[in-house]
Amino acid sequence: MPSTTSRRFPRTAALIGAAVLAASVAACGSADATPTTAPSASAPASAPASAAAGVLTIRDPWVKAADKGMTAAFATLVNDGDADVTITGVTTDVSRAEIHEMAMTDGKMAMRQKQGGVVVAAGAQAALEPGGDHLMLMDLTRPVRPGDQLDVTLTFADGRTQTFTAVAKPFTGAQETYAPGHGASPAS
Amino acid sequence: MTGTGAPARRVSRRGLLTGGAAAAGGALAGAGALAALRSHGVRPDDAVPVAQVGSAVEPFHGARQSGVTTEPQAHAAFVAFTLRPDTDRAALGRMLRLLSDDAARLTQGRPALADTEPELGLLPARLTVTFGFGPGLYAAAGLDDRRPTSVADLPAFRIDRLQPRWSGGDLLLQICADDPLTVAHAQRVLTKDSRPFATVRWVQQGFRRAAGAEPGRTQRNLFGQLDGTANPKPGVSADTAVWVTDGPDWLRDSTTLVVRRISMNLETWDLLGRADRELAVGRRLDTGAPLTGEAEHDEPDFAALGPDGLTVIPDFSHLTRARVTDDRQKILRRPYNYDGAPTAEGHADSGLVFAAYQADIARQFLPIQRRLAERDLLNEWTTPIGSAVFAVPPGCPEGGWIGQQLLG
Repeated sequence: MPSTTSRRFPRTAALIGAAVLAASVAACGSADATPTTAPSASAPASAPASAAAGVLTIRDPWVKAADKGMTAAFATLVNDGDADVTITGVTTDVSRAEIHEMAMTDGKMAMRQKQGGVVVAAGAQAALEPGGDHLMLMDLTRPVRPGDQLDVTLTFADGRTQTFTAVAKPFTGAQETYAPGHGASPAS
Repeated sequence: MTGTGAPARRVSRRGLLTGGAAAAGGALAGAGALAALRSHGVRPDDAVPVAQVGSAVEPFHGARQSGVTTEPQAHAAFVAFTLRPDTDRAALGRMLRLLSDDAARLTQGRPALADTEPELGLLPARLTVTFGFGPGLYAAAGLDDRRPTSVADLPAFRIDRLQPRWSGGDLLLQICADDPLTVAHAQRVLTKDSRPFATVRWVQQGFRRAAGAEPGRTQRNLFGQLDGTANPKPGVSADTAVWVTDGPDWLRDSTTLVVRRISMNLETWDLLGRADRELAVGRRLDTGAPLTGEAEHDEPDFAALGPDGLTVIPDFSHLTRARVTDDRQKILRRPYNYDGAPTAEGHADSGLVFAAYQADIARQFLPIQRRLAERDLLNEWTTPIGSAVFAVPPGCPEGGWIGQQLLG
């Protein structure tokens, strides 16, 4: 279990928990205003991709819009199963892609390919988020425009795959430095 | 002035406040204050506990957009955008998907996707985000034939002193909540997601009484007048006045919105005595009752004569000129007050972000506006300085987006 993931998990969970709580104690909400389970909190754009058939539940997937170069995709990965799941690869139809992590390199935070992939423990969740583990899309063959819906396919250690749809958000944050030896600098 | 019964604590405090206002005004009888209390019907259990104000939720998904017949929240930001030249029909779809998703989450107390301040998204405080489409949006989409005819710049009125900085707009977001921080965060999130597609044209922020301060009460403007007494009553009456009930799916369950920035000259208003102020409106300032009646919603008697032989309600009064009895002709006023910083001389920059919803601007808003522009004594102290007109498209189901019936 990578320390980055496990450290971030409780914080994300707390936020989501608080959101559900806030909505469910609402005084004048309508029947459909109160999420009863966390997965229903998914974005409209992402709801179909979080279908139960998947290896993982993919919550709140999004990709940073970019005209060219590189960009990154993010989501919360929920493992409702009894066995740990390891993501070993990622592909999209607009780029090659890698699983990256943020780590200290020469005294500053930089991103680099994550050896061994992302492990989502049984019954747990992992956050792919700016400043943490993320899916890096390299050498875009066409722009990922704000509002675009991009299919992202995960490959798992056991050979299974799962595709989800991430919506492209204009996002100026997460301007991480790229560790030397891993390619060009990231698109902003 | 102190109460005698069980609900005494809340009522007596309110009574003291009203009494203080009466002393300052110098013209209000104690009986009037009591009548106001009675018509108000405040009971301790009417009040919303403060802790619930933040977590209260209004629906986002549905056949009709929220924020129209929704009980007005305490704070509002009207944000109008100009579409960038390359924002076409497809780009509008991408933009409105993003904005609808932001609104769907934030209104339900969930942070937006990629929210950089997620903690600010947890208290919706009855947040609503209402989308309006200006004439330019239909043109940009190549769909001018689907624009409701009366969604166009209003004709010029002789009272207008319109400024471009408060006028027009291709897309409007009306953001309302009972908490100002919630409004600010929603405005920030929605503006950030709009930037690839549009520039900010103008923002008008406004306020009413705090949530729960005067439940069920008609709003008061900065002239001290009750504002919106003649609104269609919730239910069938409001439905008839506000909503388009048939037509193609991009029109059915839609409405229209007129936003006018009305500057109110508090300096010249100050020169009037209370009696003249009441004659200008045709209503009492304390209760909002017509000058011929006792309570706010009493029917005015336009024929009643005073001892001087003149009608009690002057025919140049705002009440007379704005009067409409048929629900099909009424407008739903949902205004907010604005109060800018005064000048160095202490002169106010105050007024009203006038917002009126109606099924058809030509049938409902324009006749009233023409009568007011022609002859309404209030024009002496008020000046329209901004004007914008929008179609408010139908709502969307979960998984959908606002505008999908028009642009999808």
